[in-house]
Amino acid sequence: MTRYFTEDHEWIEVDGDSATVGITDYAQSQLGDIVFAEVPATGAMLKKGGDAAVVESVKAASDVYAPVSGTVIEGNGALEGDPALVNSDPEGEGWFFKITLSDTSELDSLMDAAAYKAFVDGL
Amino acid sequence: MRQPASVAATLDRTDMSEEDEIELEPIEILELPLDAWHRDKGARMVEFAGYHMPIQYEGIMAEHIWTRENAGLFDVSHMGQLMLTGDGAAEALEAMVPGDISALKEGKMRYSLLLGEDGGVLDDMMITAVPMGLYVVVNGAVKWDDMGYLREHLPDEITINHMDDRALLALQGPKAVDALKRVVPGVDALYFMEAGSFFWGPKTDPEPLWISRSGYTGEDGFEISVPAAHAKALADQICAQPEVKPIGLGARDSLRLEAGLPLYGHDMNPEFDPVEASAAFAVSKRRRAEGGFFGSDRILNALANGPARKLVGLSVDGKMPVREGAPVFAGDTQVGVITSGGFGPSVGAPIAMGYIDAGHNATGSTLEAEVRGKRVSVTVSSLPFTPHHYHRKGAHT
Repeated sequence: MTRYFTEDHEWIEVDGDSATVGITDYAQSQLGDIVFAEVPATGAMLKKGGDAAVVESVKAASDVYAPVSGTVIEGNGALEGDPALVNSDPEGEGWFFKITLSDTSELDSLMDAAAYKAFVDGL
Repeated sequence: MRQPASVAATLDRTDMSEEDEIELEPIEILELPLDAWHRDKGARMVEFAGYHMPIQYEGIMAEHIWTRENAGLFDVSHMGQLMLTGDGAAEALEAMVPGDISALKEGKMRYSLLLGEDGGVLDDMMITAVPMGLYVVVNGAVKWDDMGYLREHLPDEITINHMDDRALLALQGPKAVDALKRVVPGVDALYFMEAGSFFWGPKTDPEPLWISRSGYTGEDGFEISVPAAHAKALADQICAQPEVKPIGLGARDSLRLEAGLPLYGHDMNPEFDPVEASAAFAVSKRRRAEGGFFGSDRILNALANGPARKLVGLSVDGKMPVREGAPVFAGDTQVGVITSGGFGPSVGAPIAMGYIDAGHNATGSTLEAEVRGKRVSVTVSSLPFTPHHYHRKGAHT
């Protein structure tokens, strides 16, 4: 399994032609207390860079974009009852959705962990 | 409707009041006297009202709850502290505000509104009668406009002194009095909406502070005007009390929203008059009888016949926050708009305020707000969302 990152602070962990998507620890630490998350419906078709989910802190609403194109297999239902999972375990239990990738070559434009760390360090 | 931004864009956003903050020509963002103090305390700083301000320290939720249960210290030095002096200052100011200012006794304060010539609300403010004249605290984002407007409309013999050499701290919460009376003996004698001068520091060289029992959280608490040169020492002493933590603007916003207190530039603006802004209480009895203030025809008519629309509280079904800019519908008809909205940490649910048309704004009315193309049920709710805990004279507390 390989984990990639976007400049919009999403992570995507790829396992064959399916993947899990969430927001990074850096993103949750900057957003602060998460009070609401809206995840896509199963079967939704996502386009790379398009709106996929919404995360809301006390202060503001933010879009979560699809890091790659694909079809939603599952949204994380646990976030409905416990949106704070995004704060407590952003890169684990706080995942947003799982997708089937439609074009694995789209992964080529994403960052690996080291590149993302350098990107965040430069912010 | 305001579209949500990407996570990255939200993180980049440095202006707390977002898109409706008026952009002036590029100007230097100014530092307040406690800038370095905030950074030392781990604050995340944002630009607000032209200043670098602390939005949060440990987190908005924790800071909010701490203030409701203990005491929180807020730096509100961006606000404008004005001193109006000269014979007849109160009577002259009454042309622009609807409160009975000339009846205000020394050491008493009143919430009031700066009125445009058409009766629209240019700012909300606290006016205190002091030995020198009137001490007026106005919002930071509009303080320069306020001063220009006051200068234009007050007679030349009334002097406006902008006390920009003073910081303003607010200590808020049920334990604020316990903490502050240790630092500044005697402040516990004040009741809600009273103010006075108190000595602080060594007996050989005490510093006079101007302290009021007031605030913007719905809790008991104080606002303290201190010379900028002494602000850090005072903040350090107050924060050394076990009840006190520094609190940022983020929690200040969620606390005031739960307390049903309007935020100028959002819940009030020049379009709306005081009655529409649900601030009819600020139009004093004598002024209602006599009129003679800017927009008095419009305002007295709204008092007599009811406003065409009104600022109300809205409780929100479910967990999805409804935020500023969201339209509000009764069926297919838009009947209002949200002007403040978010999650209420003490309420444990989303809450909002907005302007709703007459016929739909009675408490208990069920309406729908539109968020990202979806409808969410909202109910007109009495304010505040969380009870006020003011230290009122004559009240049993």
